Amino acid sequence: MSAAAWLQFAVLIGLVAISTPLLGRYVARVLGPAADDAPLERVFGPVERVVYRLAHVDPRREQTWRVYAAAVISFSAVGLVVLYALQRLQGVLPGNPDGRPGVSPFLAFNTAASFVTNTDWQNYAGESTMSHLTQAAGLTVQNFVSAAVGLAVAVALVRGLVRRGSPTIGNFWVDLTRSVVRILLPLALVLAVLLMASGVIQNLSGAHHATTLEGATQMIPGGPVASQEAIKELGTNGGGFFNANSAHPFENPTAFTDLLEMWAILAIPFAMTSAFGRLVGDRRQGWAVLAAMLILWSASAVVAMEAETHGNPAVTAAAGLQSAPNMEGKEVRFGASASGLFAATTTGTSTGAVNSAHDSFTPVGGAVPLVNMMLGEVSPGGVGAGLYGMLVFAVLAVFLSGLMVGRTPEYLGKKIQAGEMKLVVLTVLAVPVMILTLAAIAVVTDGPRASMLNPGPHGLTEVLYAYTSAANNNGSAFAGLAGDTTWYNLTLGLAMLAGRFLVIVPVLALAGSLARKPTVPTGPGTLPTGTPLFTGLLIVVVLVVVGLTYFPVLALGPILEALTI
Amino acid sequence: MRRQLLSATIVMAMLTLLTGIVYPLVVTGIGRVALRDQAEGSLVRADGRIVGSRLIGQAFTTPRYFHPRPSAAGDGYDAEASGASNLGPTNDTLIDAVRERAERYRRENGLPPGAPVPVDAVTASGSGLDPHISPENARLQIPRVARARGMDPSAVRAEVERATSGRVLGVLGEPAVNVLELNMALDSAPTGR
Repeated sequence: MSAAAWLQFAVLIGLVAISTPLLGRYVARVLGPAADDAPLERVFGPVERVVYRLAHVDPRREQTWRVYAAAVISFSAVGLVVLYALQRLQGVLPGNPDGRPGVSPFLAFNTAASFVTNTDWQNYAGESTMSHLTQAAGLTVQNFVSAAVGLAVAVALVRGLVRRGSPTIGNFWVDLTRSVVRILLPLALVLAVLLMASGVIQNLSGAHHATTLEGATQMIPGGPVASQEAIKELGTNGGGFFNANSAHPFENPTAFTDLLEMWAILAIPFAMTSAFGRLVGDRRQGWAVLAAMLILWSASAVVAMEAETHGNPAVTAAAGLQSAPNMEGKEVRFGASASGLFAATTTGTSTGAVNSAHDSFTPVGGAVPLVNMMLGEVSPGGVGAGLYGMLVFAVLAVFLSGLMVGRTPEYLGKKIQAGEMKLVVLTVLAVPVMILTLAAIAVVTDGPRASMLNPGPHGLTEVLYAYTSAANNNGSAFAGLAGDTTWYNLTLGLAMLAGRFLVIVPVLALAGSLARKPTVPTGPGTLPTGTPLFTGLLIVVVLVVVGLTYFPVLALGPILEALTI
Repeated sequence: MRRQLLSATIVMAMLTLLTGIVYPLVVTGIGRVALRDQAEGSLVRADGRIVGSRLIGQAFTTPRYFHPRPSAAGDGYDAEASGASNLGPTNDTLIDAVRERAERYRRENGLPPGAPVPVDAVTASGSGLDPHISPENARLQIPRVARARGMDPSAVRAEVERATSGRVLGVLGEPAVNVLELNMALDSAPTGR
């Protein structure tokens, strides 16, 4: 890797280091106990009160975890139905200058499930499938609200850790509305303008007819791209306006927008650790979690950057070169290292935006996004989802160390008992079981197997990647896999829904259970959780849980391919 | 649950209005007023007609133009079908394609057999619409373009340098040459045509 590539990595880390405490403090004020004193109350307050009044929501009335979960599921179900209907009906609705017909039923289901669960897996090509109205009033809306659901669930879990003897964990409608209005919308507006200034398009027109210098015809697409691009990254969604996603020059025109987009992906997930530290009244707790996330993300980024810069020896030899970076599926303006960095960033979070084709990465470079997703996307994870995912691992870590020394484990003064551990284990096991089962069925069934583009171990990796991405709500792909079939539309759609709600519901149950408990005083046997030792423990738990679960199938996919290259 | 569903429906409607209608329209309005060129797609015109976009690569095949990278978008640089080849690193289809492209590149640019060819010239981009080639790729095409146009190679080289952008802030991304801008500049250069 060149000096410039290292500096680019350092610049990104620097931006995140600046935004984490600032944004974390703001999030803690917006969603914390003193919410009435949050900044700009006079601007945002009236908007929120209109929503509450029309929706018959009393913002002062809190919910038990069961009601909170019912609200999350109701809201997601309504979102699913609305987005499905919008796609099916786009042919007869306005905002369709290129005359796109309604989307077919299975594809519309897959896409609706995908955007409602913050996955944004795409079995369609945006520029030839979706109308402008569907992109803006359907997909963009879910980019906002699915991220806000993540924030709400995360803050509900933090309340569970902080409160004592409380039957309630907050009000979902308030958490949702405040997250959208005060956090996501202002950030997205600023980012959209910055992206637009650098060349990301934003218009309502159809494609422009261009006659190229050699006299051929080229259709230059139009659409409200910048507004969607901004929240696509900030909300760790990842669903591109265009098929090529953030490799497309109209989504990501320069190396500067590339940096901005990577920052936007990382900003809120890292800031949540700072908000967490403030809300539990002990900043070191936030630092310990942040350090674990940062180490995992940095390590994966360095491996991906190095692997892609080192390149593919077979291609290098075929071009008569001594050494060259892997440029298949990559853009010249970014180069191999910025592509590797983006890949690690988009999969350490639950984003799934891509600025290069992961399917054409080297075996080691391509294993990085796969393993990042398998880790459960906790480095630093999705908006809200990263924090609650990592806190589940933190509970698992204190439990395991409690077993080692023979003491009742506790986290932030809450005793971790059988009830909590059942929920934690359910959360940790649901996703891998689903991924491995569905991938196994797909590779032994003729139809689904025919969707693979590449032969050999790489084909297996394509299928494995698809289910890993769907069940972890990432949305990036080894895109050679032809996913727009009834089988993949259906199974990937179901994997996304199960991967989202089989985690959210146990996490809310965990929040409810913890909120009811008293706090026990710290004793000499308490494992301090705001220390570098705990950061190390957390990393080991994340890696061991994954290593044991996925190692056999990784050996048959990327590891085997790396040995044959 | 019914109560939650009712609240869910109304909140969804309100947030759709806010984030799906108002917000995109506000951004569109800002674009129309303050950033018109970018918001429209950085379109390039010649004699009033749209020739393309500065940001979107287009196909060039004649010797008098600099050639872009191989493209997997439709039949090549189809801006309504962006995308990559998605060929895996051990796929023989990829390796054979690279070998064949390298041979054609050497033939077109008068390079000896087995000469090294810039890697971006033999690989397809992520979008299929990559507007850039590497400076090395452009340098190797200068003699061919100069000969086809009857131009002095140093004049062509000067245009290549003008169309080259370095790393942003010295560290971000990679140096790149915009092919459409370069070819348009050549067409309007005094010694061209």
